[in-house]
Amino acid sequence: MFDAALRKRLLSAAAQTIVAHTDELTALDSAIGDGDHGFNMKRGFEAVQGSADAFAAMSAPEMLKAAGMKLVTTVGGASGPLYGTLLMSLGKALPEAPTRAEAVEAFAKAIEAVKARGKSDVGQKTLLDVLAPTLAALQAGADSAAVAQTARQAAEATAPLRAIRGRASFLGERSIGHVDPGARSACLLIAALCEVWSEYA
Amino acid sequence: MSNVGIVIVSHSPKVAEGAADMVRQMVGDDVPLAWAGGNGAGGLGTDFAEIAAAIERAWSEAGVAILVDLGGAETNSEMAVEALPDDKRAKVVICNAPIVEGAVIAATEASGGAPLHVVRRTAEELSP
Repeated sequence: MFDAALRKRLLSAAAQTIVAHTDELTALDSAIGDGDHGFNMKRGFEAVQGSADAFAAMSAPEMLKAAGMKLVTTVGGASGPLYGTLLMSLGKALPEAPTRAEAVEAFAKAIEAVKARGKSDVGQKTLLDVLAPTLAALQAGADSAAVAQTARQAAEATAPLRAIRGRASFLGERSIGHVDPGARSACLLIAALCEVWSEYA
Repeated sequence: MSNVGIVIVSHSPKVAEGAADMVRQMVGDDVPLAWAGGNGAGGLGTDFAEIAAAIERAWSEAGVAILVDLGGAETNSEMAVEALPDDKRAKVVICNAPIVEGAVIAATEASGGAPLHVVRRTAEELSP
């Protein structure tokens, strides 16, 4: 059942994977950005974890809005507004008890909101390069394991891209050859959520 | 005060405060002025709540022009503006201009009583 216990497990899984990979995200961001992605995400997701009981007691849409606002107010970097917008928009678009199709549609709307917030699109070496293929896999009916695999491959596939947005864009050609830290954190989150979901489904 | 207010948002509190010092030197107390800088945890970054508070401190019925430095400063400022009530939101703009020069020239324009759209345009003329 999609109850408070499962909602809390999803929040905790998201926080745990970010905390466990803080150093990796920092290293990726040090290569092509300002090196703060790991710590910023850790600060934000620890704050979400700290409120996990209160958030999990809410309906799924309200929980997503509250967790998104928590990220916006605690992350302190560009990823705060981007992940915050993703979650808040998902919360706004999601009905209280969505069907799979409704949930996928809400995810599509949330991705559009992230594009607008970042004035960015697919192919510019950002988290969108993971979110968009993940959406496509969901739309195609992929199961949890396949969705997670898609996200992982999509994150790896940002390495040869040249950054157009964000701090990495200042490096131009030199951004090529490194996995985008935002794409990597998106893939970590999706993989962690898929793992919890696979046990539930 | 009836002059447009100026808010400076930098990843670095030193840059934000220093730019604000330069603005004060040019326009004295004729323009409401506030800055936000740092991630709220003592590091470099920008903080949604601090930006929202700075907008309040620099509030003017004539509106507020925000000057930002890099990426997150702009996205966090956009979120802070969107969180304002409808009547206030319409009176806040984020200028596409270099942060230091933009703040000084925007404040100078504002100190002469220029309306918000003129303050913004003057700052944005600095961007190629």
